[in-house]
Amino acid sequence: MKLNELSLTEAQKGLREKKYSAQELVNSCLERIKLIEPKLKSFVTVCKEKAQQEAKDADGYLKEGINNKPLLGIPFSIKDNFCTKEIKTTASSNILKDYIPPYNATVVARLKDAGAIIIGKTNMDAWAHGSSTETSDFFTTHNPWDLSKLPGGSSGGSAASIASDEVIGSIGSETAGSIRQPSSWCGTVGLKPTYGRVSRYGIIAMGSSVDSPGPITKTVTDAAAILGIIAGRDGRDATASAKKVENYLDNLDKPIKNLKIGYSEKYFQAADKEVAEKVKKSLKILEKLGAKVKEIKLFDPQYAIAVYTILQRSEVSSNLGRYDGIRYGQDRTYFGEEAKRRIMLGTYCLSAGYYDAYYLKAQKVRTIICQDFQKAFREVDLVIGPTSPSTALPLGSSKNHPMFGEVADVLVEPSTIAGLPGLNINCGFSGEGMPIGMQIIGPQFSEGLILNAGYLFEQATPELKVKPKI
Amino acid sequence: MNKLSSDQVKKVARLAKLELNDKEVEKLGQQLSETITYIDKLNEIDTANIEPTSQVTGLTNVFRKDEIKPSLKLEDILPQATNTYNDYFKVKLILHKND
Repeated sequence: MKLNELSLTEAQKGLREKKYSAQELVNSCLERIKLIEPKLKSFVTVCKEKAQQEAKDADGYLKEGINNKPLLGIPFSIKDNFCTKEIKTTASSNILKDYIPPYNATVVARLKDAGAIIIGKTNMDAWAHGSSTETSDFFTTHNPWDLSKLPGGSSGGSAASIASDEVIGSIGSETAGSIRQPSSWCGTVGLKPTYGRVSRYGIIAMGSSVDSPGPITKTVTDAAAILGIIAGRDGRDATASAKKVENYLDNLDKPIKNLKIGYSEKYFQAADKEVAEKVKKSLKILEKLGAKVKEIKLFDPQYAIAVYTILQRSEVSSNLGRYDGIRYGQDRTYFGEEAKRRIMLGTYCLSAGYYDAYYLKAQKVRTIICQDFQKAFREVDLVIGPTSPSTALPLGSSKNHPMFGEVADVLVEPSTIAGLPGLNINCGFSGEGMPIGMQIIGPQFSEGLILNAGYLFEQATPELKVKPKI
Repeated sequence: MNKLSSDQVKKVARLAKLELNDKEVEKLGQQLSETITYIDKLNEIDTANIEPTSQVTGLTNVFRKDEIKPSLKLEDILPQATNTYNDYFKVKLILHKND
């Protein structure tokens, strides 16, 4: 096994036991990147020299036996909407194509404090507006399982870099689906934490009432390890909760006997037959592990598309108002087509005479969706369904579909609107050999339980542990 | 369908400070009209007596001490700007005599 193929937990152990050095680990990732990037295009920026220097430093610390840095020497890729000090941060947009932030996002600062090494910044839909990584102002990232297909998005570069073993760990961000959906299409683990569990400081803002940063990883254990490091209160983001951060690794293997899992037929009806069948089969596996599975009623996810579209576009039009090219970046003529479309709709929804009909109405339906989940979680502990209605679609699918993302994300939008945590985990493959994702949703701050169920499912399905041939 | 006129599209563009050419006005007008027709679906839901949700954290009044802390350095900030003058951002004239 090559070093770049290791999971984060394996790499941590190997470095501690001095089976290899951080420099060997980083170089192994850099070699992989050099080999496959021309075909895959996950990265906007690769920081080769900086990463190699940091690996050298990490080896020094490892030699000294420093043990307060759990991620010491671990190579990470970071979605390019997280500000990284002295490393170009573009949000895959022409407006910010030369922007070099003078500070680190809180998530980045916490990873670096823990010893992580940033190998590079990953491609995304420009400003995270999309679910294909095709609306990047620079280039399209390809799916490692089939290069003629999309990786999903908006964190498509991060998911592709993990699925293809270019790095050991990765960070994405989700507003509605941007972690879970590319993870589903690329066969990775993706955790969207509760809104407010992880600080948004230093992330190029999109939908401020929904944006949630989180890990994209090779295993559930890796996601648990990263969440424990990036989560928690932050003086720079008032919405980051002061609730105590659990040790998410502690209860991963706790038996789930009598755990109540609900599913809604409406979510399965919205998905392709092949996808629905595999996720249903996964429910049987969880039943064998001791869970009690029952059907529940959930609000029709179709309405969530309309609510999300209004809220997201409105918040986008406000957040992108700051790009005037005066203090940094280019002026507003550099906005791409998708950004313009979203700013226009948001401005319309918020403009005089329309605010009540659109924004206020959407906020009221948001209340109904939140209450609907609260009711569901009085009946069951977790809800499971397909993550995406389909497996990865061919390149070009998002072109000329102004609502491509919304339709691709129909099954993750309701939980996003309610601020709930959700985990994508691979649960099988289509006839074509493309990964199929299942999502586990829980009440706010139930990441521990979600990871627990995900971990036991992962352990019960070792046959799914395959890698794409690229 | 809820069709947006080109004047409406131009008005929204002005509010958002976006410059659109005629082709964009037409294309965006068409696409925005389609999307608005779709989101009008929400009118099927009765929201009488329902309070709006603007955020889901349950947090209220998050305060911090009002203390002076070191901020970003001028020399780190200014190099990002297109135009500067004596340690200031230089901007184009915004308000004109007739405004």
